[in-house]
This record gives sequence, structure tokens and C-alpha cells, in this order.
Amino acid sequence: MKYMLLIYAGAADAADRCDYEEWVAYDKALRDAGVLVSGYALKDLITATTVRVGPGGERTVTTDGPFAETREVLGGYDVIDVPDLDAALEWAARCPGSRDGGSVVVRPVAEFEG
Amino acid sequence: MDERAAGAAASVEAMFREERGRLLAALVRRFGDLDLAEEVASEAMEAALVRWPVDGVPPKPGAWLMTTARRRAVDRLRRDRVYAARLAVLQVEADRAGPAAPADADGDLPDERLQLFFTCAHPALPDEDRAALTLRCLAGLATPEVARAFLVPPATMAKRIVRAKNKIREARIPFRVPGADELPGRLPGVLQVLYSIFTEGYAASAGPDLQRPDLAEEAIRLVRILRRLLPAEREVAGLLALMLLTYARRAARTGPDGEVVLLDDQDRRRWDRPMIEEGRELAVVALTGGPPGLYGVQAAIAALHDEAPGVAGTDWPQVVALYDVLLAIAPSPVVAMNRAVAVAMRDGLEAGLALLDGLAGDPRLRGHHPYQAARADLLCRLGRFAEAAAAYREALRLAGTEPDRAHLRRRLREAEGS
Repeated sequence: MKYMLLIYAGAADAADRCDYEEWVAYDKALRDAGVLVSGYALKDLITATTVRVGPGGERTVTTDGPFAETREVLGGYDVIDVPDLDAALEWAARCPGSRDGGSVVVRPVAEFEG
Repeated sequence: MDERAAGAAASVEAMFREERGRLLAALVRRFGDLDLAEEVASEAMEAALVRWPVDGVPPKPGAWLMTTARRRAVDRLRRDRVYAARLAVLQVEADRAGPAAPADADGDLPDERLQLFFTCAHPALPDEDRAALTLRCLAGLATPEVARAFLVPPATMAKRIVRAKNKIREARIPFRVPGADELPGRLPGVLQVLYSIFTEGYAASAGPDLQRPDLAEEAIRLVRILRRLLPAEREVAGLLALMLLTYARRAARTGPDGEVVLLDDQDRRRWDRPMIEEGRELAVVALTGGPPGLYGVQAAIAALHDEAPGVAGTDWPQVVALYDVLLAIAPSPVVAMNRAVAVAMRDGLEAGLALLDGLAGDPRLRGHHPYQAARADLLCRLGRFAEAAAAYREALRLAGTEPDRAHLRRRLREAEGS
């Protein structure tokens, strides 16, 4: 069963604290265990742009911000394929992003037949 | 229905209630779906109600129910398109889970309830759902009964149970017993669920009655099952000991009109001695062979109260010492409050009151009526009646059950009249 691990940083500036080596080790562990389906880190939130299309087809492009210190931001994601939620929670807990005020939200991936 | 059939039906119902948890657990392990397990378990019972009065009760009723339920489940899985794909997956999963547990010596069903305990108390489920699901699946209470236990409308409870079952199925919360390395982290959650069911039964948080023995007894029954399944876990023994040592006082806790009788005033001859004896033995088990646990220590405190001839004869220094241990294991303002009351008995009322007043700033005690009632009681004994009356009024504002409120009103009148 596939789960997406949504990795949130505790605050907009929390990226400064991340230890690159730890992330590399985590990524390697996911690959070595054969559970990684896909995963990416995202660039800084200030580079994000939001698109909305209204009922008349009009397009609004916005940039969010400025960001409060406490705001949780999505920093990246991993999709893993493991037997059950306990296994997914185990990987989430090993993720460096779950520490130092960060959090990892585990969402089962919906799969459609046909 | 003739008399014989009615008798058979009644015995089926009694037996099914006893077997239901085991049957469900075994079906869930096999099919990985609580809803399906519940449906086919009910169908098996309906079939038993039809067959047994005619054919007689089979020699192994549990095995008969299991076989019938399993056949229904397989039929349904084959028929149902939604389930069809899952059946293939399930067989793979069943192989991966290893061979089925060996049957009992008497050839009856293996007991898979332990897995269900851990599933119902899984940390991925909200607290409020865990106790409900445990009562529904392991105690075999119908949804309206569970709703009554938690004083919520049946529709609300039905939604909550559906939500919990969906999360188990959709997020695939596994049906398994945590490994030895995880058990210390997961068992407290299971014990907490059982203790909260017991507490709600022993000291209801709201409603007309102080006690709801059905719920307290259900909790005791479930902990007994858990103890059989995990005989080496000392905290399970500790929790059972705590429940028994507390519940042994039930008859003396209320007066003829349902009013509250505090520990000091209880007729100790009405306490259940065999239950106290059993609780004491379990408390010894809980406190032997390792560092003491949360429930073992609380059981030891309850045992000291149960053994004492009266309030004056209680071993207060020992009670205070045990509260110190408890505070070290599980610091909480309620524990600190109870310790303060014990200190009042050991070192004098002033000393206890000073400790209680020191806790006044704790926001966690702000809505806790026993805290105000304890302060009021010490103030009364010190002859500071005006302050006591104020504390009783505050306690009265916070208390949820009618017997508690009646008791506090009586004490308030006494304080005001003095």
C-alpha cells in the first residue's frame, strides 16, 4: 500500500537547521529498503506561486507571504510502498523532518481500479 | 417460539456475547475488515438461532460459529466486486502473516483478541474513538449501548465508530500485536483505554448516577481477558489490581438514597473482602520483579486504604511515600493534589492545605471539582468556614453528576451554618 509522507518544517526559517547528511542517509535508507516510490524536496517557500482559475476562466496568479515565524510549510514529500500504517509511521518517525518542531503527515494514497 | 427454543435462544445469546470478541478478532485477522467481520459474525449468530433449537447446540459452539461466519465471508467476497480484488490481496497477506496460531488443547479457537485490543487502541485513532471501538468490538456492546456509556446520541456514536472503522480499513492500521520492542510504547495506550472505561463506570463524569456498575464490570472483564493474554506484563496485573481494589468499595460509596459517602464515612464492613484479597495478590505481582509502574503503585495505595481499619488507622506515611513514587513516574496535578491530602493526614491540616494552595495556579485543576472539594474539606476542619463555603460553591459549579452535587450542597449548608 502506498503512503505519501508530507514533510512540514516547523517554521518558515526552519530549513536553516536541517542537516544535509541526515537527509541523504534517510533517502539512502528508503532506497535500500526498496520502499521508495518517489520523493522530492521542494525549494524555498518564497519561490512558490499559486494559480487559481475562476468560473469565467480568468486566471489569478498569486504569491503567498510574508510568512509568520510559526507557520508550518511543506518542505518536500516521499511516496513509499509498505504493508501497513505502522510501517509507514515507522518511516515517518525516521525522517529528519519529523524532528526539531517539524512534522510528517502520513496520507494513504488512493488507488483506483481500471 | 416454544420453551425449549426460547431456552436455546437465551443460551445462544449468552454464549455469543462471551464468544463475540474472539470470533470478531479471528475473522478480522483473516479478512482484515471489521465491517465484514461484524456482519458475518451476526449472520452466524442468526444461523445458530435457527439451527441450534432444531439440531441441538454443537459440541464446539465457538468453532461452529467461526466456520459458519468464515463461509459467509468467503461467499460474500466472491460475490462482491468491491471485495473481489481484495480477496486476492488478502491471501497474499495471510501467507505473509505466517501460519495461523495453533488451536487450543481442547481443539477450540485460538485467541486473537490481543490483536484486536491493540488495533482498537492504536495511536493513529483519536482518543475518544478508542474506548468506543473497544467497547463495540471487544466487549460486544451494540452501538446504542456504547452511545449510552459515553452519554452521546446514538447517531453521533454510530458516526464515530464508522469513522474509526474506515480509518482502520483505508489507512490500513494493521491487526497485529506489537513486537517486544514496541510493546512498552503501545501497551500503556491499551491500559489507558480500559482504565478510562472503568473510571467512567466507577465515577461517571455526568448524569444522574454516580456509578454505572455495568460499565465498570465490563472494564474489569476486559482487563481479565488482557491479563490472560499477557500474563507476564506486570502493569496489566497492576491495572486489574487497581480496579478490583477500587471497585470493592462500591456498595459503601452511596447511601440509601444514592448520595455520595466519602471514604472517611464508608461502612468498611460493606467492602467486598474477596475482591480486596484478589486485588492485593495482584498488586504484589505488579510490584515484584522490576521498577514499579503507574498502575501498580496506584493499586498499592488503594490496598493501603482497603486494609486500614479506618481513616485514623491508615498508614499515611506509606501512602505519602507511594504518592512520591507516583509523582516521579507520572507527574500530574491530580496526583500532587491527592498527595497533599495524604500529607494533611500525616503532618497536619495546615501542611496539606499549604500544598493544595500551591497548586491553585495550575490550569489543569481549574475545572476539577475534587480539587475545590478537597480544599473546602481541609478549610472546614480548620474551622475556616467562610473560605470553605466559597470553595464548596466553586466545586458545586464544576461538579457534573447529581449525587456529587447533592453531596456538595449538603457540605456547603454545613459550612454556612457553622
